[in-house]
Formats: sequence, C-alpha cells, structure tokens
Amino acid sequence: MHMRGRILLLGGAIGLVAAALSGCGGTDSGAILIGEFASLTGKEATFGISSHQGTALAVEEINAAGGILGRPLELRTEDDQSKAGEPANVVNKLISRDGVVAVLGEVASSRSLEAAPVCQANKVPMISPASTNPKVTESGDYIFRVCFIDPFQGTVMANFASKTLRARKVAVFTDVKSDYSKGLAKFFKEGFVKAGGQICAELDFNGGDKDFKAQLTAIKAAAPDAVFVPGYYTDVAIICIQAKQLQLSVPFFGGDGWESEKLVEIGGAAMEGHYFSTHYAADNPTPRITAFVEAYKKRYAGKTPDAMAALGYDSVMFLADGIKRAGGTEASGLRQALAETKEFEGVTGKMAMNSQRDAVKAAVILQIKGGKFRYMATVAP
Amino acid sequence: MEFLQQLINGLALGSIYALIALGYTMVYGVLRFINFAHSDVLMLGAFSAYYLAPAVARVLPLPSIGGALVVGLLACLICAGLGVLIERLAYRPLRSRPKLTVLITAIGVSLFIEYTGQHRAVFGADTKRFPELMPGTEFHLGSLIVGSNDLVVLVTTLLLLAGLWFIVHRTKVGTAMRAVSHNQQAAALMGVDINRIIAFTFALGSALAAVAGILYALKAPGIDPLMGVQPGLRAFIAAVLGGIGNLPGAALGGLVIGLLETFAGGISGLSNYRDGIAFAILILILLFRPAGLLGKVTVEKV
Repeated sequence: MHMRGRILLLGGAIGLVAAALSGCGGTDSGAILIGEFASLTGKEATFGISSHQGTALAVEEINAAGGILGRPLELRTEDDQSKAGEPANVVNKLISRDGVVAVLGEVASSRSLEAAPVCQANKVPMISPASTNPKVTESGDYIFRVCFIDPFQGTVMANFASKTLRARKVAVFTDVKSDYSKGLAKFFKEGFVKAGGQICAELDFNGGDKDFKAQLTAIKAAAPDAVFVPGYYTDVAIICIQAKQLQLSVPFFGGDGWESEKLVEIGGAAMEGHYFSTHYAADNPTPRITAFVEAYKKRYAGKTPDAMAALGYDSVMFLADGIKRAGGTEASGLRQALAETKEFEGVTGKMAMNSQRDAVKAAVILQIKGGKFRYMATVAP
Repeated sequence: MEFLQQLINGLALGSIYALIALGYTMVYGVLRFINFAHSDVLMLGAFSAYYLAPAVARVLPLPSIGGALVVGLLACLICAGLGVLIERLAYRPLRSRPKLTVLITAIGVSLFIEYTGQHRAVFGADTKRFPELMPGTEFHLGSLIVGSNDLVVLVTTLLLLAGLWFIVHRTKVGTAMRAVSHNQQAAALMGVDINRIIAFTFALGSALAAVAGILYALKAPGIDPLMGVQPGLRAFIAAVLGGIGNLPGAALGGLVIGLLETFAGGISGLSNYRDGIAFAILILILLFRPAGLLGKVTVEKV
C-alpha cells in the first residue's frame, strides 16, 4: 500500500508539473474521459451489464493497442438502476463533474430519451449503443446511435410474418411502459397491414407484470396465426410460459429486446420455435464476429456476447474512429466527424450515419431451437 | 367460454394476492402499522427456495410434492427468522414512537432489502430462473384450462386462512395477540409478554410471505430482488379493500382485485387501462364502504 501510495503521489506530482508546463492544455495530454450510463441494476440489468461489458472490453482493447492519438481512454460508468429519472441525473454528473468528452448509453430507449436533451444542451456527443426508438436522435444533432431504428426493425418483422410465417392474422401484445415496445408495435402494425395482413387483437401489458393470462386468453379467443410481442426478455419469457399453459400454440416473435441468455433460461421449453430480429448473431461465422466472441469469452468467463454487448463494443469503436478522424476531442469537430461517418465496420456489421444520425445497417433474424439462438437470415436495409 | 376462462385466471391471480394480503393484515391487526417490508420478505422467501432447491434435490427428488413441501418449510423457517430479526432491529426500538416513524422505517427497511438484494455479492439484479418444485400440469374441462399450480395456490390460501383464523381465535397465543392488539399496556399488565407476541406475529407473517413468494415464483418462474413490489402493492390495497386487520376481508379483497385486473386486462384495446379500471372500481367501493368490504362486519380486529 505504501509503495502504491508513493507511486501515486509521484504520478500526481509529475501530472501537476506537466499540466503547469503545458499551460491550459491539460485536456489534450492525459487520458480521454468517456462517460457511460447503463442499467447495471434493476429490471433491465442484464442489458446494461452486457452493454457495459462490451464497452469495457473495447476500451481495454484500445488502450492495450496504445490508445487513440497516443492517449489512453478512461471510462467513467454510472448506474441508472433501470429507473426513470435517473439517466438525466447521472449524465449531468458525468458531464459537469467528470467533464467527459462523450457519453455512451443506453440500451432502453426511454432512458436514452431522458439523457439526450442533457447531452444536447451541453453539446457533448452522445452515442446510444442499442436504443432503437426513432425519437432518440431527434433530440438534437449531438445524439447518435450505432444500431438500426424501429421503423426498419418493424418492417423487417412485418415482412417476416407475412412472407416467412405466412401469417394473415397477427395479434400484437405491447409493453405500454416502454417507448421501445410502443414504437416497434406501431411500425410493425403499419408494415403488416401494408403487406396485406390483419391485426386481429391488440393487447397491452406493463413491463414487470407477472400475470399475462388475462390478455393471453383474449388473444387466444381472437385466433391469430402468430403473436408479435415487442417486449423485453424477462416479460417475454413469462408471457411464453403462460401462453403455453393456455395452449396458445402459434409462433411468437419479437424484436431485439428478446435477446438475452435469460430468455431461454427462464422460458425454457416454452421458447422453442419462436423468432426475433436483432443486431447480430454470435454464431454467424464472419472473422470479425468470431474474434470478438473469442475475446469476450476470454474476458468474461466464457459468457457468449449478446447483441447488447456487441453494440456496446461498437459504440466505443465508433467513437474512437470519430476521435481519430477529428484529430482530437473538441466537441463540434468530433460531432462533425461522427456525423460524417460513411463506412464504419463494426462487429454488428457495416454501417453509415444518415442525416438523422441513425446507423443504416442490416438486421438478422434468429430462431430459438434446442435452447439456442440460431441464425436464420440477414435482412439488408 | 372466454368469460369462464377469465374467471379462472382471475381467481388464480386473486388467491396469490389474498395470500400476501393475509400477512399485511395480520401485522396491522396486532401492531396498527403497515409492514411495507412484507413484500420484500416475500422476495426473500422465493430466493431462499431458489438457493435451497439444489441442496434439497440431493436428498429428495425434485420436482415432487414432498420435495416442494420440504423446500417450502425451510424457506418459511428462514423467513420467520428474518421477520423476527427485522422486528427486533428496526421496529422494536421505535415501538413507543409515533406510528408514522415506524411506517417510514418500514419503507426504509423495504428499500434496504430491495437494493441490498440487487448487489452483485447478494442476489444480483438480473432475473433468475426459479426451479420447478412441483410437477405441474393443466386440467381440461371442455375448452377451459386450469393449471395445477393455480389449484395449489387456491387451496393453500384457504387452508392458511383457516389456520390463521384458528390460531387467532382458538389458541392461547392468539388470545394474547388480540389482547396486544386492543391495548398493549393493559395486556402487559395482565402478564402478556408483548415482545414475544409481537415477535411471534412477525414470524407468522413472514412465513406466510415465504409461502406466497414461492407460489408466486412458481406461477411466473423469473425471480429478481424487485419481484415483491408489484404484488405487494396490490395485496396491500387488497387488505385495505377487505377491511385492514380483518383476515377473511384480506382474502376477499385479494380475490376481488385479481378478478378486476383480469377482466379489465382481457379487453382488447382497453388492457392498457387494466390497473386504471381496477383501481377506479376500488376507489368506488371504498367511497361507499370506507372501512372496507368486511371492515364493519367483525367487531374484533386481529
């Protein structure tokens, strides 16, 4: 401890001298501070933990390779506890107390929507790894994302339902507590009706509910060919278990909110044969994905990275790419560089930023078979 | 047919609320305060069973009825101990203070358990799969489907309601509980060991919470440290609806809320307002019967 204390003191002294020598250029020499807010506890904790682990892995890899422009990255992470109201608090803290040059987060759209105005007002670029609701980047020109958006995902699933599943009547079961679920349901309905299908029942639930039999009984009475559930995995698993108990045995399908190992762990046999769309498939054998999966498994005790982990990883790499091209971390230059990204190759595929600062990229569709997520198809934008 | 199926769904959900409400109402009956940590003891019950199940599975086969009973019993003992501990550490030092102080402490205890439970070193925040303790099946009556678990919940609730009523009204310790409920000082002067009776009440209430937690987890087998919050709130309201402090009232209130929620939730396009509809009806009932459904029928409240 003494030894370390001394080294720290020494380091501090050197830092002070260096800062004094370089005048006000303190921000240009030391580590690049990056803020991250994630749901490390609470209802969507596995999303937050996954995206955080992907983010941390990317930072470690960049630092091991010598940092960006010769400067290491330093990640400051805040937990928003999956709670409404927290994101604005913790992001304010990251910006005003820590002085981060960019903010990464969140997975859930509701919480990204809270943080975005704060980042915009402070002119700090914010990159959401996985919030797919279109409204997120409408908060201003400093807000970016490295994932596709729900109008695209909703259309992909609408076409999937009508062409692959050959469904004519679909019931939609929406989580009214989540902007993500409501947005995805809306775009799915529009797309499915346009493709000639019929929405035969629209039921709602509140995320965190544990009893869905009332709504599922009503859905069963409407005799759908398939059921679209744009919810999060914890709810979806229990919905599928209770649907099975009520012998509602039609395919269930949803969006990227399904993707978590917990889905099959909790849902078990009730999840068999169901489908969802997401950002990447760990078993899709491209060299980039294989390398990422290996590094992640090595770092996190054999855990297979899900889409949130891959997007968390990509959010850092995307930022790093922007900082490199901007030649520094000055806010407006960095914003410009990020907005001008034409071709960025991430773990989750090739992407370009459009004028709305949304990533334009492909989606994949997975099926649950034998308790595993099986890669089915890639759908290009 | 859909109506009858919803009736079954509603009764199944309501009997869980009823079971939780029994715990709220019993503690209130004796101590005149709402133990908000009750819903978190429920969570602790489910987690006890979650950690006990692998150990029990080495001795008894799981899923089996015998195994489920052993796991349930052990979880009840653990929760009873925790309930007594909570009372000893958090509520007893405040017993002579205003009720509001204890009420706020109860909320504090509740939050303390919820957020400690979410820490990585305790349970962790992520949802865990609850093991299958009992062999489950579905019975078919025409096109109607009744889950065996739902029947277990209904029967357990009725048995526990009867058992509690017996303890409170027909045993010595129950007489002492009612005495403490009427007047603590007078009871103490008559030789009733107040500390012991209150500790017993908490042990009993917490054991009930453990049973409810396990049954709730069997119904929706994803458990997390915040799992008690929603059913806890509904059950608390059920206890008020039935007439807080009244045991059959709590059971009735639970069933009413379960049914209201289920019927409101099963309407296409209106299920968004499930809780709104259920609670609006509840407010209406309370406007006409402020003491709750059974609040005035019984004179003695325990």
